[in-house]
Amino acid sequence: MIAKNLVIVGGGPAGLAAAKSAYDCGERDILILERESELGGILNQCIHNGFGLHTFKEELTGPEYAARYIDEVKKRNIEYKLSSTVIDISSDKVVTYVNSTDGLVQVKAKAVVLACGCRERPRGAINIAGMRGAGVFSAGTAQKLVNIEGYLPGKEVVILGSGDIGLIMARRMTFEGAKVKAVVELMPYSSGLNRNIVQCLNDFDIPLMFSHTVIDIKGKDRVEGVVIAEVDDKLRPMPETAQFIKCDTLLLSVGLLPENELAKNASVALSPVTGGAEVDDTMMTNVEGIFQCGNVLHVHDLVDFVSQESENAGACAVKYINEGAEKCEQVTIKCTKGVRYCVPHKLNCDDNFQSLNFKMRVGNVYKKVELTVTADGVKVYGKKRPVVTPGEMENITLNSQQIEQLKKAKEIVISLEGGQQ
Amino acid sequence: MKDVIIIGSGVIGSGIARELSRYSADIVVLEKGDDVSVGTSKANSGIVHAGFDAVPGSNKAKYNVAGNKMFDELSKTLDFPFRRNGSMVLCFDSADIGALQQLYDKGVANGVEKLSVITGEEARKIEPHLSDKVVACLLAETGGIVSPYELNIAYAENAAVNGVKFEFCKKVTNVSKKDGTFEVTCADGSVYHGRTVINCAGVHADEINNMVCPEKMHIVARKGDYILMDKTAGYLADHTLFQLPTKMGKGVLVTPTTHGNILIGPTAVDVEDKDNVSTSLEQLNIVFDKASLTVPELSRRTIITQFSGLRAHEDCDDFIIGESSVEGFYNVAGIESPGLSASPAIATEIAGQVATKLQLKLNSHFTETRKGIPHFATMSNTERQKLIDSNPLYGKIVCRCEMVTEGEIVSAIRRPVGAKDLDGIKRRTRAGMGRCQAGFCTARVMQILARELGEDMADVTKCGGESFIVEGRTK
Repeated sequence: MIAKNLVIVGGGPAGLAAAKSAYDCGERDILILERESELGGILNQCIHNGFGLHTFKEELTGPEYAARYIDEVKKRNIEYKLSSTVIDISSDKVVTYVNSTDGLVQVKAKAVVLACGCRERPRGAINIAGMRGAGVFSAGTAQKLVNIEGYLPGKEVVILGSGDIGLIMARRMTFEGAKVKAVVELMPYSSGLNRNIVQCLNDFDIPLMFSHTVIDIKGKDRVEGVVIAEVDDKLRPMPETAQFIKCDTLLLSVGLLPENELAKNASVALSPVTGGAEVDDTMMTNVEGIFQCGNVLHVHDLVDFVSQESENAGACAVKYINEGAEKCEQVTIKCTKGVRYCVPHKLNCDDNFQSLNFKMRVGNVYKKVELTVTADGVKVYGKKRPVVTPGEMENITLNSQQIEQLKKAKEIVISLEGGQQ
Repeated sequence: MKDVIIIGSGVIGSGIARELSRYSADIVVLEKGDDVSVGTSKANSGIVHAGFDAVPGSNKAKYNVAGNKMFDELSKTLDFPFRRNGSMVLCFDSADIGALQQLYDKGVANGVEKLSVITGEEARKIEPHLSDKVVACLLAETGGIVSPYELNIAYAENAAVNGVKFEFCKKVTNVSKKDGTFEVTCADGSVYHGRTVINCAGVHADEINNMVCPEKMHIVARKGDYILMDKTAGYLADHTLFQLPTKMGKGVLVTPTTHGNILIGPTAVDVEDKDNVSTSLEQLNIVFDKASLTVPELSRRTIITQFSGLRAHEDCDDFIIGESSVEGFYNVAGIESPGLSASPAIATEIAGQVATKLQLKLNSHFTETRKGIPHFATMSNTERQKLIDSNPLYGKIVCRCEMVTEGEIVSAIRRPVGAKDLDGIKRRTRAGMGRCQAGFCTARVMQILARELGEDMADVTKCGGESFIVEGRTK
């Protein structure tokens, strides 16, 4: 067994930002473990632009955004291992990984940052009936085949779900000469960013059908078509509205799930809402010394926010390595009235942050609302929003004075006030 | 001239091939798919039934009970996953306890050992997540679970090692007998001549039989939908949990799989099209709702996939096993449940009959044992280290969910009767079988298949035929 102060699991945007920030906080004994053969994570296959507007004030592609952070990590000579898969993490922070050159290695870490991202919800999880031939892909798998491998999954495409990867792939497949016949969305609204609907669907006259779903898949060896139907207000398909669409490919963009199997083994408590850990304001999970950030914690809409959150996690991990955990009171943040969750989930009363960032998502589309934070019923913060949607993460930053008010409270509530659905 | 032509490489055809390979004989297996275990044998409950269900005196009863007893030994010899987890038949209404007792009596008549009727309370002590509505149950300790396609593949690999030839994409279109020998014609125009033919064509066995036998057969494809749940639901059941058939209908089962998932199903719908393995939302809902009666804690959130399988139901409602009225033409037909449980006994029986008929001599080079693909996920760290030392490809994890390494995938391709497509890799190694359902590993497995088989990625299929994964290169 070898020893490391900080082990970062995942060399994508979250892991890279956590490593950079940990280094800048003085930590030198860092190891990044990445299962792919390159650093950069999922950004490597996101060759479209639109990354980095917040962080770098310019529009980068995914690989360009990743390269900025990879450069920072390499400049600092932070150690990383590629093609190295972590197969176990224990609650006492022994990280076990394997690769072809080192074999099986156990690392005893003082702190662990879990930055291992998320995965896509597969067909089975949404129970689409029908045949099981080739041609059904999750949107991210199709993206990898097109952008990394250089292969086109099919020529006539229906996309179920209007998540961002689905929208991006509608445009990408169109560029490659495929005909995207429809994007079908179960909900009456999209779970993707509005800018993606405009730039990826509207600009190419691809129809987006809300309140519809796929109820059957036809074709023996390969998909030959899908049957879609409108759903009622309880999301039940209405058989009389069924229509057949001829296609050879069905892409699924029906949600992302934080990949937390490793965390579970380490006894990290998970939130039933996000699927990620429940963290305090230092991004630490219930297991002392194990931190989470990025999409493994909760699914983000923009990578810029992943980087921001992960830099905080890296810095806090170093503070923990140097000073140990704070033994103090914690206040749990309660989310109500349209707010589904908030990260962090709780505040440490002894922490002294100059400012604190809270990230949250709402459960429906709401117009003319005020996102409010109250401490024992007293409003500490309010932000008027013309419209909030489930697809766009809400992001608020409180100053030290406001944080002080919160830490004194018995109950912190975040909610949407006023407005209409 | 072949000594034996076996039609079909499901668990029955492959099992018979393996048992016949104990003898010196020229044996060929003709399979219409591009791999073994691509029909009924790959999509079923994976249960080794105790044998209390079949009508006493029937072939089903005889071969089930005999086959069940062979699994402990066979699973060691051929290295496939099998566990004697025990079965329970659950009774939800005290008015039905009589029927439970009848089932017990039938089991005793069939020679099933270790049967007992226990109370609901006793049942819940053994299975804590069982519904509190269970009032009594029949406990059959000899019930087991097996990975059906891994048993099938083990049989085929061992048969191939012992000289049996497997020919794929050979859909048989005609069987005729001339001058004492058989001529078997395939859709691709190839013709095989043999001294004997063994019909193991599953749901299509009637068609094969009717080509050559005056006694006609009629097989109905009876479709059953299943739902597979994540390993995180695995704690919900340890025994195979059947529901006692009542006037309300036949129930569905809840069972662990040998790999620790939970499997629920099947339904039963007779279908015209014998290639129709589509699932239907209606049937899937029935499966889930009925299974929830057994284990109320089942959650839809843990569903990872669904599938359906076809059972070959012959009108006579029993296995048809043995030489037909046409000398040298053997039928192994109507092999529906408990066919998997019966398969080792059927294989031994038919191989014995054919060997006697042809007066075959024992094969002095017969290798009885087969070692499966190393299973990285279930090894100790020391074993893993040793494996990586022996071959660095075992240090490259390709499928995260099931922790499958590149070494295992390469082994699956290079073995006798090796994998040629994604589904073949999945059945042999479990890559793509986990909770992300191949979202991550598809491209990687395609690359490995293309590299090992010397093809382009565009040639890689999901399950042979026209099931190409990709259309071609991008612009």
